[in-house]
Amino acid sequence: MGALIGIALTSIFVQNFVLVKFYGICPFLGVSKKVDTALGMGMAVTFVMTLASIMTTICQKYILVPLKIEYMQTIAFIVIIAALVQFVEMFLQKSIPSLYSSLGIYLPLITTNCAVLGVALLNVRSASVISSAESYTLIEAIVNGFSAGLGFLIAIVLFAGVRERLESSDIPKALQGFPIALISASLLAIAFLGFQGMNF
Amino acid sequence: MNNIIIPALSIGAIGLVLGALLALASKIFHVEVNEKAVEITEVLPGANCGACGFAGCSAYAQAVADGNAKINCCCPGGQNTADSIANIMGMQSEIVEEKKAVILCSGEEGIANDKYNYVGELDCIVASKLQGGGAKDCSYGCLGYGSCVKVCRNNAIKIVNGIAVVDEEKCGGCGECVSVCPKKVIEIIPKKNKIYVKCKSCDKGAIVKNKCSIGCIGCKICEKNCPEGAITVTDNCASIDYSKCTECGLCIEKCPKKIIIDGGINA
Repeated sequence: MGALIGIALTSIFVQNFVLVKFYGICPFLGVSKKVDTALGMGMAVTFVMTLASIMTTICQKYILVPLKIEYMQTIAFIVIIAALVQFVEMFLQKSIPSLYSSLGIYLPLITTNCAVLGVALLNVRSASVISSAESYTLIEAIVNGFSAGLGFLIAIVLFAGVRERLESSDIPKALQGFPIALISASLLAIAFLGFQGMNF
Repeated sequence: MNNIIIPALSIGAIGLVLGALLALASKIFHVEVNEKAVEITEVLPGANCGACGFAGCSAYAQAVADGNAKINCCCPGGQNTADSIANIMGMQSEIVEEKKAVILCSGEEGIANDKYNYVGELDCIVASKLQGGGAKDCSYGCLGYGSCVKVCRNNAIKIVNGIAVVDEEKCGGCGECVSVCPKKVIEIIPKKNKIYVKCKSCDKGAIVKNKCSIGCIGCKICEKNCPEGAITVTDNCASIDYSKCTECGLCIEKCPKKIIIDGGINA
């Protein structure tokens, strides 16, 4: 249990996907103009990351490793994630239309989000610092996927809050719009550097 | 040889299985999409302004297709759009009630007093968050820094003498300005109506007189004189119910502050 909490804290704060690893910068900058939409995007990413972690870990353990074709994991994972997002979209449209319409365009966008592929690949690498095992077990992978998504959610909502306030600030003309957004994103990333060195 | 065949077969198999599953899922989770809603979305302007009262054009199209909304609610699209929708739905076309925005403040420079000199950013939202809700002594008045001008897609709003003025010809009645105005001093009214109360002050009469030489003092003379009962004074300010107003003009005559105006002449 302690190890799981360690994994979760690591991927939410210490190795935050957006602000430390710089994955998923496209949606981070693209959908962070309003807190509402940022929240929607963050939730959708968390949801897909968790599911993708489950599916890709199973695929790795029961298909790629026994056949000794681990080097095909990138292609296999992309196919699985794309199909998964498609499936989830269909399922939501039929079963939970309200959730479907609130997630809206964000769901299909996530298919091409590198953060999702990133979490899937990291799950199967020997990146685990806590356990001596080569790669994460299924449970660890699920926790890692969920908390990486949570880290994305926190980062994008924080950033959206900053950008909302930037809207009504007096900014030098040369920096208005995107430049100031990039500068504030980097300041936010520096703030997250404060978690570096923590080891769970 | 195995080095090629095994990965090709296994990845191919993964793709095939996933493809089959998706095909199956699309059958199981098939959702009926109303064809009419799609067609209606196409004839709508796509401005997603929300003047119809729905979240956006597609939401409105869905509501019309389901029979939950009238076909004449799209102001930016006007009569042409209503006709097209009527065509799609196979219904009799209805007349679109066009709407316009009016500014409920007469506090031009020199008429309304200022509390202090404001030299900050020329933006109503910023100014309204400062001490006292902006420089104008009357806390209900138009600040005149033009936040509405910036959002208006038809360039229908100008700032004249320190308050916003709407060009009735250009205004499409979309209501973007209403949602951005921090003072809520803009109202959407039917385009055919000319008479409106050009003040939104809820202060008591004596206080209004100190702050602004023209504001509504809530004397209720209009309320007593209106033959249709269309004017009511609530919170010390008159407001007109446009479903009852017949444009007789009696209120304009009787108003001691001349704050009820005929927008056809003054605007």
